Amino acid sequence: MSRLTPVDLGVEVVAGLTQRFGRTLLTGLGTALGVAAFVAVLGLSATARGQVSERFTALAATEVTLERMSLGALDPVAFPQVGQDAVAALPGVREVGVSWTVPVGDDRVTARPGDRGDAIAVTAVTPGYLRAIHATMAAGVPLDRFHEERAERVVVLGRAAAARLGVSRVDAQPAVFIGAEPFTVVGIVDTVDRASDALLSVMVPSATASRVWGPPKSGTVTRMLVETDLGAAAQVGRQAPVAARPDSPELVRAVVPPDPHALHDQVTGDLDVLFLGLALVCLVIGTVSIANTSLVAILERVSEIGLRRALGARRRHIGAQFLLESAFLGLLGGLVGTAVGLVTVLVAALVQRWTPILDPLLVYPAPLLGTVTGIVGGLYPAWRATRVEPAAALRS
Amino acid sequence: MTAPVVELRGIGRTYEGPPEVVALRPCDLVIARGERVSVVGPSGSGKSTWLNLVGLLDRPTTGDYLLDGVNTAELPDSARTELRSRRIGFVFQSFHLLAHRSAVENVMLGLLYQGGKRAHRRSTAMAVLDRVGLTACAESAAGVLSGGERQRVAIARALVAEPSLLLCDEPTGNLDSGSAERVLDLIDGVHRDGQTVVIVTHDEHVAAAAPRRVVIRDGLVCG
Repeated sequence: MSRLTPVDLGVEVVAGLTQRFGRTLLTGLGTALGVAAFVAVLGLSATARGQVSERFTALAATEVTLERMSLGALDPVAFPQVGQDAVAALPGVREVGVSWTVPVGDDRVTARPGDRGDAIAVTAVTPGYLRAIHATMAAGVPLDRFHEERAERVVVLGRAAAARLGVSRVDAQPAVFIGAEPFTVVGIVDTVDRASDALLSVMVPSATASRVWGPPKSGTVTRMLVETDLGAAAQVGRQAPVAARPDSPELVRAVVPPDPHALHDQVTGDLDVLFLGLALVCLVIGTVSIANTSLVAILERVSEIGLRRALGARRRHIGAQFLLESAFLGLLGGLVGTAVGLVTVLVAALVQRWTPILDPLLVYPAPLLGTVTGIVGGLYPAWRATRVEPAAALRS
Repeated sequence: MTAPVVELRGIGRTYEGPPEVVALRPCDLVIARGERVSVVGPSGSGKSTWLNLVGLLDRPTTGDYLLDGVNTAELPDSARTELRSRRIGFVFQSFHLLAHRSAVENVMLGLLYQGGKRAHRRSTAMAVLDRVGLTACAESAAGVLSGGERQRVAIARALVAEPSLLLCDEPTGNLDSGSAERVLDLIDGVHRDGQTVVIVTHDEHVAAAAPRRVVIRDGLVCG
């Protein structure tokens, strides 16, 4: 029985590809571009998703905000100290800070009495608030328990508020005036990681604010900012209202971060679909390119096919040779494309200073994707090759 | 007594139309082992049809064809392919060599579809190349060889499987007179060694070199 060993088949396939090396490279290019686009799109998408996730989990995913509206004289303190301590004691809680906007009315904040002054927000805060927003100091010290417990008439300025008031140093213990009330500036906040409006405000100890302007008026929203461990936000969000106000937890609204996976999936999902579509188009182009080139090659090699048939090749030997040539071409394109796609992801991540994320389940099968492209593209040409009649082919 | 190499019994070939074309009228012919036969006829006489039938490249529409005593009429395609690869060596007018492959690789193609170890095929091919006087050109690409050398490589490829029948189709048609003489001398030598040779040609000089002549005219075989 006429036969062709796998080794001989491999030798014939390699010889068939190398004898038209230029064309082989150009044909493989189509598949290479398709696979490169595929790997790059998925790699960049995963990298960007990872970046979103990193930022998201670092800040928003560790933040729970409790909001409660003051009920006036009946219930002046939204979050009493005992409630703050109870929340701070919950598992997974790192910092607890309370804040509300002080209703200063027409009083302006000025550096000197009698100045026209600016409409700068005045915020009552507990010492934990500055820690919870990760405040770093440009000068001086943050508000602490001493200021809070003694209701000291001190303030900490946000960087932007300090600039508007002309305060840049605190070593001389400068004063600012809120209306006619003087306060000593003990610190200037340089940066914060969350609640960036703090940089535009004047922060006074909550006890001081209560003493000077009274407790939050009816309708004022008091917020408790709770910084949690990673992954604890949802649990804390459920427990904190009860801990903060066990008498009326239903009046406390807890704002917890959405599921990070859902968020970044939503952020990147639309782009994924778009670019994956483009990558698939590239792959289809690669497939058509291989199919077209293989078909032309078969027309050119009709006499070779006839010769092989005359020398004893069966139809399946001819079909296997041409199909394997296409598959090998696809594999070659797949390998080159995978390498180009990986480099693209790495360079893009390097430029953006991101951490490149490459899923091995994506990278390893990528060359196989090229192979499949080659096989699909080579099926019809290979079938045509098996239909070549040797008598007619040898006359060509 | 050994069976004849070729035995045609009422073999004919008609192409279905429309219009229907009778390319080869039913004919009987026997070619004994070791014979050298030339098949001549003008263009369009049916020589190529006859060669395709005898070379198992085509199937007759009538009659039986026995090759080495094996009736090929009812054989499936795979068995005919097997028989063709082992019993028939082809030499074509246009050589049909793979230009990018070396001479020895081209000769090895004659054994490719019979399996066997590659090293053995190579040594066999080298021996045949030596027989046709092309040892020095063994590693040269077929595309760089002269016409005469290419035809000798093609003859080596045809002989490498030790076929019962060497079937030559206008073997000197593309050669200058000097190369043609050397190729005919080579075929002479092969025949003297006992090889059955059939040369299809329209060249009277080539035909005259064979002791037996078969004439085909208008699809009718006389011989």
